[in-house]
Amino acid sequence: MGSFLLVTIQVDLYDRLALNLETDLIRMVSETDARGVLIDISAVGLVDSFMGRILNNIATMSRIMDAETVVVGMQPAVAITLVELGLTLAGVHTALNVERGMELLHKRLGSDVREGGRFYGNSE
Amino acid sequence: MQSEVTKFLEKNKQSILTQWMTNLAEDHILREELMSNEKSRQQSEELLLAVLKVIASDNFKNTESQEHESVSDIISEVSIYRARQGFTPRETATYVLSLKQTLAEVLDKKFAGDARLLYESARELNQLLDSLSITTFETFIKGREEVIMRQTDEIGEISTPVIRVWEGVVALPIIGTLDSMRTQTVVEGLLQEIVATGSSIAILDISGVPAVDSLVAQHLIKTVSAARLMGAECIISGIRPEIAQTIVHLGIDLSSIKTKATLASALKLAFQMLNLEVRRGERK
Amino acid sequence: MSGKGGGFMVTLSKDIIEITREQDVVTLRNRVKELAVKIGMSLLGQTKLITAASELVRNMLRYAGGGKVTLEVVLRDKVTGVQLTFADEGPGIADIRLAMQDGYSTGKSLGLGLPGTKRLVNEFSIQSEVGKGTTITVIRWKNGL
Repeated sequence: MGSFLLVTIQVDLYDRLALNLETDLIRMVSETDARGVLIDISAVGLVDSFMGRILNNIATMSRIMDAETVVVGMQPAVAITLVELGLTLAGVHTALNVERGMELLHKRLGSDVREGGRFYGNSE
Repeated sequence: MQSEVTKFLEKNKQSILTQWMTNLAEDHILREELMSNEKSRQQSEELLLAVLKVIASDNFKNTESQEHESVSDIISEVSIYRARQGFTPRETATYVLSLKQTLAEVLDKKFAGDARLLYESARELNQLLDSLSITTFETFIKGREEVIMRQTDEIGEISTPVIRVWEGVVALPIIGTLDSMRTQTVVEGLLQEIVATGSSIAILDISGVPAVDSLVAQHLIKTVSAARLMGAECIISGIRPEIAQTIVHLGIDLSSIKTKATLASALKLAFQMLNLEVRRGERK
Repeated sequence: MSGKGGGFMVTLSKDIIEITREQDVVTLRNRVKELAVKIGMSLLGQTKLITAASELVRNMLRYAGGGKVTLEVVLRDKVTGVQLTFADEGPGIADIRLAMQDGYSTGKSLGLGLPGTKRLVNEFSIQSEVGKGTTITVIRWKNGL
């Protein structure tokens, strides 16, 4: 039994901040025994290869800890740019919005999970 | 040019203009349906005055002079205007050449006795008007190109409707050749619509695309990848047998993409993916 | 200065940012965005340009410890664009041809680097000398693909 973590990124992260996110989030997955991680990037105007790598890392690390990661709300311009750059984020699941992300997690994990939320963003 | 000649031309400019307009009318290139006679006359007068100014100036030989510049500005304007109105290139070229003809006629009549003077003047006039015809040619094409560019933009805008076919399913029928410019418009439109409608499935129908080469295939693959990053799946439908053949012959790998032969079967697949079932209802 | 495409290029505005630490990346991104918005670039164009700038400035920090970025609004053939020049005094690149191949990277990244970045801009040129440094210039035109 575990909960879902919801992370909302509201600023363009520079490297240290992004690495902090990675560390904090993985620690939180462990502490809360979460089964799913939703990362909402709908307010993010830019994902470069570094940020892409962080997202991939979080997904891979979570998977080792038996949690699924879904990146939700990527903006069209960001998606097109990432594809041109050559990044496909093969390791992460994606969904249009938080709601769809939840549905996806439920589908993948079965319905025996309860939901919980955490906020991560401007408070940094 | 001999001042005798320039003075004569200057004095007779109104009759030269009338003569020119008559010649144009005889050659049937006035085309009143495209441009009023009034406007023609006004444009021609402006051009004639500028030409006479060049001839009269001390800078006649210097093609960089202000007089030359102003005459080529006028001729450019005239040509662009005519291109936009729909005159043919021949008509526009003939228009300028007929001024040469008219001037030659007028001079011929006046200086018939002085062969030397006539020859000199005709040679210089020819030189000037020939360079003007080249300018006409250039600007005419430029004018046409502008028209083509504008139309391309318009086509780009109207030809990419994204249709909502079901809750959560959008379809994009692509018609015509997919070049890089159009693909960008198409892809942006589709992805925005996916966000706006919250659709998790997008069907790209390429029945209307005449040919799929590796560039088009690459565009399609990029579109599918971008949609996937946003959390939507794409189905490509409308793949005709000959297109399937070229895809394989070109060695393009579409295996990571869901493809269907028809829009109907793509829609069926979309329903399956959404766990929807379509059934015939029992009539009471 | 004139570039490829034949036309004459004019600089309309010019600004230099020194890059010495990670936080400067954010400053740079914001300045690039300002310029892109000012000349009326589409959202997609802006995103591509800012992402390219982000990649290049990151390389500069990683391999040369920093450098200088020149931001210019340029005009050529009646079209405006943003030109960014990234100049560092780092180790330089020994084989530029190799560095421009897809999948090549010496750093700890996803192995995308320069070729991916090049696809995000309309013009890309690179000069590098081992031991002296690297200069990369990119342009994105207002209406570029």
